[in-house]
Amino acid sequence: MDDVRIQKFEKRRAELAKMSDEQLKARFWELCDKMVEPMLDYGQRFTSMSIERSVLLRMGIDSVTSQGVVSKINEAGLLGKGAGHVVLKVSKKNNVDIREAAKLINNDITVLKSL
Amino acid sequence: MNKLDPKVKIDIEEILKDLEHYHPRRKGWTWREKPEGGVYKVEKFEFKNMTLPLKNSVPLPAAKYFNNIDPQPEPVITTEIASGRFEDDIRRMRMAAWHGADHIMVIRTTGQSHIDGLLEGTPEGVGGVPITRKQIRASRKACDLIEDEVGRKINFHSYVSGVAGPEVAVLFAEEGINGAHQDPQYNVLYRNVNMYRSFTDAASAKKVMADAGIFQIDGAHNANATAKEGWSVMPELLVQHGLNCAFSVGVGMPKSQIGLSTVPPCAPPSPKLWYDLPYAVALRDIFSEFKFRAQQNTRYIEADIEEATRTHVIDTMISALTHADIQSTITPDEGRNVPWHYNNIRGIETAKQTLVALDGIKELIKIDRSGPLGEMVRDIKERAICLLEEMIEIGGYFAAVEKGFFVDSARYPERNGDGIARDSKGGVGAGSIVEREADYYAPVCSVFGHNHLPAGTKKPCDLIDGCTLCKPEKIAYIDEIDQTDNCNLRLEKTVEHRKGNSIKPEAEWAGDGTVLIQLFVPEEVEIAKVAALEMAKKMGLNDPEVINAQVMHPSEGTFVEVKGKVGFSIDRTTLKIPPKEEILGEDEIRAGVKKVGLTVVAGTVGEDEHSVGLREILDIKHGGIEKYGVKYHYLGTSVPISKIVDAAVETGADAILISTIISHNDVHRKNMKKLHELCLEKGIRDKVLCMCGGTQVTREIAKECGMDDGFGRGSKGIHVVNSLVKCLKAKGKI
Repeated sequence: MDDVRIQKFEKRRAELAKMSDEQLKARFWELCDKMVEPMLDYGQRFTSMSIERSVLLRMGIDSVTSQGVVSKINEAGLLGKGAGHVVLKVSKKNNVDIREAAKLINNDITVLKSL
Repeated sequence: MNKLDPKVKIDIEEILKDLEHYHPRRKGWTWREKPEGGVYKVEKFEFKNMTLPLKNSVPLPAAKYFNNIDPQPEPVITTEIASGRFEDDIRRMRMAAWHGADHIMVIRTTGQSHIDGLLEGTPEGVGGVPITRKQIRASRKACDLIEDEVGRKINFHSYVSGVAGPEVAVLFAEEGINGAHQDPQYNVLYRNVNMYRSFTDAASAKKVMADAGIFQIDGAHNANATAKEGWSVMPELLVQHGLNCAFSVGVGMPKSQIGLSTVPPCAPPSPKLWYDLPYAVALRDIFSEFKFRAQQNTRYIEADIEEATRTHVIDTMISALTHADIQSTITPDEGRNVPWHYNNIRGIETAKQTLVALDGIKELIKIDRSGPLGEMVRDIKERAICLLEEMIEIGGYFAAVEKGFFVDSARYPERNGDGIARDSKGGVGAGSIVEREADYYAPVCSVFGHNHLPAGTKKPCDLIDGCTLCKPEKIAYIDEIDQTDNCNLRLEKTVEHRKGNSIKPEAEWAGDGTVLIQLFVPEEVEIAKVAALEMAKKMGLNDPEVINAQVMHPSEGTFVEVKGKVGFSIDRTTLKIPPKEEILGEDEIRAGVKKVGLTVVAGTVGEDEHSVGLREILDIKHGGIEKYGVKYHYLGTSVPISKIVDAAVETGADAILISTIISHNDVHRKNMKKLHELCLEKGIRDKVLCMCGGTQVTREIAKECGMDDGFGRGSKGIHVVNSLVKCLKAKGKI
């Protein structure tokens, strides 16, 4: 296996030897850009508890409350909607401000049920 | 507190006041400013690469020979300060800024990268500081005061890694952190965070950092600190830098905000330059559009501070020969203890001293690519590209990590099979990412990725009437959570050392009592270590510990360093501080000199050929006593005492000034006594003043030996003429 790898390496290298320094540089970046495409795609399409807590922080909710709220939203299977989205909905539905809505979720997960 | 007074210690309690209402006065990174026209002219020197000087600073020790100039090199200079107690670190930050650091990096407490969420309050850390909102605020507020005091902006820095990256990034953006490490590969390889989670979080974190102007540094340098042969992983390092750069650019971070963390991977006794220089050049070729944070090497540092410093000088020379936007320093004691206050300063001085000395080196020396260097540079680049091609071939980054492609200590394409392999389904936070649904949205700014805001939304945070990034007053501030572990309790315990009359030595924390003793023990190393420990105990040190032992010879002896703690403190009110000599006004001195027509005879006495010191005391050119109207007869060097006394009699001199540098066998004392006695014998002692100068001379020693005054290291003509006039006044002659 390793012999095959080394042979491939030698072949690749022979190709690169024909390139100028500028071409090498361009090739390096072309490959890096290609390599990070799937990672960027994950970043676009997915979210995590930490990302959602970071949204709640930006909404003015403290870190301790954000922990509880995002766990509850995750438990309720609503993380894919966005925790900020969910808190905002609870706030509108119950006619309370954002921080109050976060507390409501923290105290009683059932407020998430009928959204 | 609006302003610091250089004569007064920074008041930590004052900084902690009203923190809940503090907001940073700026965001983003600051580079050093070049003088107009690019050339920095000071005294007789023209510097090619220096930046604007500081308002207040401590220059290099040799500056006193150069009119105290303190040129500031082009790269931002980093120091890492994290003793576990941020309230003590603030004082160290101030000292560091005075010595030329403008990038203060705070390492996090052990284990913080695995905590799923933010910490709050000010608990004590281990090997770093728990990064919390309160700690950052207090430190940033202190940095505001310190940067005003020194006259240069300070960049405050910490880490956006681990499983709470996005939250930490938001915290940093809100609190005006200027720089941060962020590299998802670091999480995967060294923190075993699940790879999908790491990259998903990183994209969000980077977007927040990009918008807040937070300068990003990657984590690639950890590979050469971890791999068994750091210098063999150079192709992989290029790949790691490249992936974090491409990923960050893909998220939307400007290239000018992205820095490579790079370390020269080798150290003597290897032929360091043959590895480190081609590597440095290859990196700078490929990454020419990005910034460079050059770090000194930590990999090989053990207990010897001087060895570390020597390697760091060469590391810094490589920065000067190539290019660095940021020169990061390593405290030279990192290999033996958590860094001490003054070792941060030593690290900063190593960088400053080297960069100042090598100013404009690229105008004098060119890198020669035509020889072996060019070939080596090309070799590194080609191997890196081949590695990328192989990664793509086997299925991309995630597959390559699963197969242990990274941190393998062999030189690519060879493999030692000791790389770090991670399971894509395993690690911390595995299975914790969730796909965003069609109605997913986040009503805040700086969101990366799909954000399906309700139709008609102009700005995301309009939905909540502004987010904390737009309206800082909305930030929720938590002061303390743990009432048994916080800075208030710690500060109470040290108040007598910080604000009272109790003076105690310290290395890290107020009142820690830590001291270092250095001994040469004329025994072989094992005996020497134990003997040194016993000696430290007899000196009264508590918890003594040998932290360095260097063989001078297998049997003749060993240099040993022992650290320990003192149990006592000194009461400031019991100290008798010798009054500082008051210097008379120039007019008063000139008038006094004129009134008596002050004449002196002077010479270096004994078998002593040193002439420079005395000439500087005498000559008008050097601001010597001649400048004030004193007439002198200079007799030269190796002058016999009898000859100088005879000359005084012949010329009717008012004073005899002798210089004695050599102090072997106390010959300086003997010469002083001889002068006094001979003048007595000749009956002129009451008519002529006798004074002596030299590196081993002090006022006290001189007076003991019968002199009217004595002058040590650093004395100038003004000090001598001042004393002459004062003595003449005391004798009623003026």
